Amino acid sequence: MTRDGRSAIGLVLVVLLVLAAVAGPWLSPYAPDQADFLATLAPPSWSHLLGTDDLGRDVLTRILVGARVSLLVGVASVGGALLAGVPVGLAAGYFGGTVDMVLMRCMDILLAFPGILLALGITAVLGASLANTILAIAVINFPTLARVARGQALLVRRLDYVKAKRALGFDNGTILLRCVLPNILSPVLVQASLLLASSIITESYLSFLGLGVQPPAPTWGNMLRDAISFLDQATWLAWFPGAAIFLTVLGFNLFGDGLRDRLDPRG
Amino acid sequence: MRLLLTRLAALLPVLFGVCFLSFALLSLIPGDPVTALLGLEADPAAAAALRAKYALDQPFLLRFIVWLGNVLTGDFGRSIQTGRLVLDMVATALVPTLELGLCALLISLVIAIPAGVISASRRNSLADFGASLVALFGLSLPSFWLAILLVLFLSIRLSLFPASGYVPFLDDPVEALRHIALPALTLGVAMAAATMRMTRAAMLEALGADYIRTARAKGLPWRRVVWKHALRNALIPVVTLVGLQLGQLMGGVVVTETVFAWPGIGKLTVDAIFARDYPVVQGAILAAAVLFVLINLATDMIYAVLDPRMRGTP
Repeated sequence: MTRDGRSAIGLVLVVLLVLAAVAGPWLSPYAPDQADFLATLAPPSWSHLLGTDDLGRDVLTRILVGARVSLLVGVASVGGALLAGVPVGLAAGYFGGTVDMVLMRCMDILLAFPGILLALGITAVLGASLANTILAIAVINFPTLARVARGQALLVRRLDYVKAKRALGFDNGTILLRCVLPNILSPVLVQASLLLASSIITESYLSFLGLGVQPPAPTWGNMLRDAISFLDQATWLAWFPGAAIFLTVLGFNLFGDGLRDRLDPRG
Repeated sequence: MRLLLTRLAALLPVLFGVCFLSFALLSLIPGDPVTALLGLEADPAAAAALRAKYALDQPFLLRFIVWLGNVLTGDFGRSIQTGRLVLDMVATALVPTLELGLCALLISLVIAIPAGVISASRRNSLADFGASLVALFGLSLPSFWLAILLVLFLSIRLSLFPASGYVPFLDDPVEALRHIALPALTLGVAMAAATMRMTRAAMLEALGADYIRTARAKGLPWRRVVWKHALRNALIPVVTLVGLQLGQLMGGVVVTETVFAWPGIGKLTVDAIFARDYPVVQGAILAAAVLFVLINLATDMIYAVLDPRMRGTP
């Protein structure tokens, strides 16, 4: 399969996720927290395509609503990481010296901290909620983007047209925004697209451990956590949320790989 | 030696930063560990005495300085929940985590390196496509989903392996291997996927080099060219990645140890966070950070051995 074929598949999966998140819950006849105690742990059927859980809630509806959470967390946390990481990396790479040393040592500290534990700690401090989950994942991701931005800024600042701008008397702010930033964005965005996948996994980890988005709001992570208690009776409770995470992450990975191959001049 | 000392000097501020950050985070967690231990109806005098005992009534900076000073003398304090020495608890938990990490590493290398080499040496073949696809699937597979599926099929359906529990290796090696199989496979698959991709990429680069062309022109068998000449150079970035994966092991084991009730440092930390057992959390995070730093240092040293050009680099 060609590179373009793989990234096309990735794009299709991502688009399906977006469609599922946006339109899916409206298409379902059930509410995500609508319990039916006469149909608990029902296997997949025409009335409940992916079965029901221990409270008789429709699994398909909950997966579609969970898609919203995953997409929102992924996009918002990576967006936050970009907003924090790119300026840090730009400053470190462009100015160098003490600024670089101080900023990158701070990034090293955050990177040395086990990511999931840092996210756990942040959500434990601030409380388990959607906004705090987004913040926690943005915090663990932004050092990676800062490092990528710094590496690129180090290369770009040595280019002749940047030196020319400096010689012509342009201030550092103008040079950073108009010359350096546009030229570092491609690799940064590629890394960001790959971080989308890991952000979705981290959100599902946090929900699985009970420190992400709280019940009764369905997330793929807390659905998998609940599935463990019924593994021998209702395997679909483990299959479908896990498959949703897998296909979503696969889509973003394929798309990110394709983007990297397209933007990498050595490719 | 100079390289070792330089690296150590650079890593000490990072360790200090991790200590400070973890201490600060834990201090901000709402909820009082004394209340969590004694209950809301506890005698105020008893609660005050317990707070004084663990210095929870002192200002943050003073508590941090006292804690840091104690840590430097090997005193990590006692668990608020159990009263046990934190150093003992962390040391006890570290052994299962290291066992799990090493088994996972072994599994990942056994799968990834041959797969990466074969994939690169038969580029664009069916084997290459298949291996790359499997690696991509492995990277995209959430580890806790894989853990649940392994429990479902290999433990519940086929009864081949136990779903949880830990047996020390020295007590009963066979049972220890049966108990570690599923968690190690869970971690190992994710590590293998990334390692395989790196091995393939590094091998492709090595196989395109002039010295490989020379070796082939000299008439060396292809197998020898690949496994003896190209692989040796391709291993350099692979070593870096494996070192990074081991250093980040702590992140990977947290969920795996929770699913399999593996009594390692990941499970210890999560349980302690929920119990507001600050001394245990601080000790565990410090242990994880030290592990990360030491593994990175070891990786740099191995890198210098494999690549003589790195020996003089600070």
